Amino acid sequence: MTHFDKPTYAVRKTRKKEIPQGVYTKDPVSGEPIFTREIEDNQMVVPKSGYHFPIGARERIAHLTDPGTFVETDAGVRSGDPLGFVDSASYPSRLAKYEKQSGLSEAVITGTGAIHGIAVSLAVMDFRFCGGTLGSAVGEKITRAIERAIEQKTPCIIFSTGGGARMQEGILSLMQMAKTSAALGRLAQARLPFISVLTNPTTGGISASYATLGDVILAEPGALIGFAGARVIKDTTKQTLPPGFQTSEFLLKHGLIDQIVTRLEMRDRLRDILLALHVRKPAAPSGAAKS
Amino acid sequence: MFPQSLGSKPAASPVDSVAPGYIACSLMLKPAYALEFEKPLRELTRQLELLHQKALEQNLDLRRVIAELETQLAETRQKIYANLTPWQRVQIARHPKRPYALDYIGAMCEGFQELHGDRQFNDDRALIGGTAFLNGEAVMIVAQQKGRDTKENILRNFGMPQPEGYRKALRLMRLAEKFRLPVITFIDTPGAYPGIESEARHVSEAIAVNLREMAMLRVPSIAVVVGEGGSGGALGIGVTDRVLIFENSYYSVISPEGCAAILWKDRASAPIAAEALKLSAATLEKLGVVDEVIPEPMGGAHNDPAQTIAALKYALAKHLNDLRGLDTETLLNTRYERYRHLGVYEEAGALRS
Repeated sequence: MTHFDKPTYAVRKTRKKEIPQGVYTKDPVSGEPIFTREIEDNQMVVPKSGYHFPIGARERIAHLTDPGTFVETDAGVRSGDPLGFVDSASYPSRLAKYEKQSGLSEAVITGTGAIHGIAVSLAVMDFRFCGGTLGSAVGEKITRAIERAIEQKTPCIIFSTGGGARMQEGILSLMQMAKTSAALGRLAQARLPFISVLTNPTTGGISASYATLGDVILAEPGALIGFAGARVIKDTTKQTLPPGFQTSEFLLKHGLIDQIVTRLEMRDRLRDILLALHVRKPAAPSGAAKS
Repeated sequence: MFPQSLGSKPAASPVDSVAPGYIACSLMLKPAYALEFEKPLRELTRQLELLHQKALEQNLDLRRVIAELETQLAETRQKIYANLTPWQRVQIARHPKRPYALDYIGAMCEGFQELHGDRQFNDDRALIGGTAFLNGEAVMIVAQQKGRDTKENILRNFGMPQPEGYRKALRLMRLAEKFRLPVITFIDTPGAYPGIESEARHVSEAIAVNLREMAMLRVPSIAVVVGEGGSGGALGIGVTDRVLIFENSYYSVISPEGCAAILWKDRASAPIAAEALKLSAATLEKLGVVDEVIPEPMGGAHNDPAQTIAALKYALAKHLNDLRGLDTETLLNTRYERYRHLGVYEEAGALRS
């Protein structure tokens, strides 16, 4: 595994939300073509520049958890259509399209697993399903993941990505912010750690609920993280946005997140934090992977 | 016209309130029919005025014509206001003469003591709060406040709170918890302020922390959507035991204009988006998001603020009384379950919530 003593953060020129396809992929930092396979083998991180492409929830879970330990839960929880919402297409038809495109039944995968032997309750969002938006099904699955952590007395880890609340479910999607945050209140009362990991992009209602409630908040480098969209801010305030505004680096500088952690060292870093907050024992001096 | 029995004026303290009489004088005598869909009413009123003037100047007996026109006006009013579309209600919720939080507080409560600042950075004038007496009982008030003229709107940042507003709200709610005061929040915001400084001070976190802490607050709480319930900015003071809403207020995940811009690629499609978002009070009650819809005078709260304020005062007393009877554990569990079951999803082929 690659180790970074001092992670370097590439200044992003683009914020691609698409997972690369095809034989070659252009590195957004250097502009050089790279074998897509090479990126895929490196958790969707460009080896030379450190640029983080989005990674699917399943792939992320596979890299994070100890082999064979992850058990998916609540896979059957899917969105309804409480409002009968129709814009240029009906909400159910859009859901069917997202499912077909992403191979996912919702914008989050939840379950239990182990990270370096530490049992955790895990929720990992995926931007490809409806822009990772927070609807009733996502809210329900995340709430259950938090409640499962309380029941099983394990830490809870949520990897967030998404554009915010899901408009097509109207006010009920807004209420998922309250529901998930209330559950995190109970997790806090039980003195169980909640680690929130912010990935590109995490905005709107997701950032204004569980994503920013972590006991420890980590972010992947170069991720777009914020409440309001850049265009809304520009239109409302007529201000020029400073370079790097609403990136992980901006948040770290302003004291809003604990650390920026590259995807390649995430698994080890999560272990280190959980050892202190939850296991209360240092790592075994030898034999275990150093970090 | 304004019943003084509803409540005395707030104490002569440095409270930036509008005197209760203000609304009565400026709003009640002459309905302005300022909104777009009120155009027919505006036209009829103008014709009536002309007739009155003509009768007076030329000493004509126009009583019959005037009476006919008045009947027509009343019928048109009935027709328009009995069938308001969601978008029309949004316009009423944003009406510049709609009563604002301080109008309610001034008329409904006694001895409001505004408590300023978040103790960390600033005092947000768009999100205010303090102690007051309601029906003789001490309560903590947290409220979003808009301005009525340009000067006050700048002071109030058009009712868009910044992070320090939400942090002040939390400070006051914790104060309420410490001294066992019920919390009453007034929601009236287009949304939290979208700005560079707001982001730099982490408005997301300020709202999120409020959601979590309000869910665990060990005193009874009631939120009232008095005007606009704009998304996360509204919810940031809205996780309460009871949520009340006025008939023409709205509460939505996104503004109709914002939704229209994203899904219809055109802000002008806001009326369609308002329809699709199901953001009106009656629908919100059906979805279980609000507990009671408080009726408004015909055409909106601004047409009779005194009646509106009295209706809210009555509803608050009723809900506070219900909540007062509960022990803290029951209160907290009921509140948790209230939010736990919001949402509609499918599981094993069945629709659940």
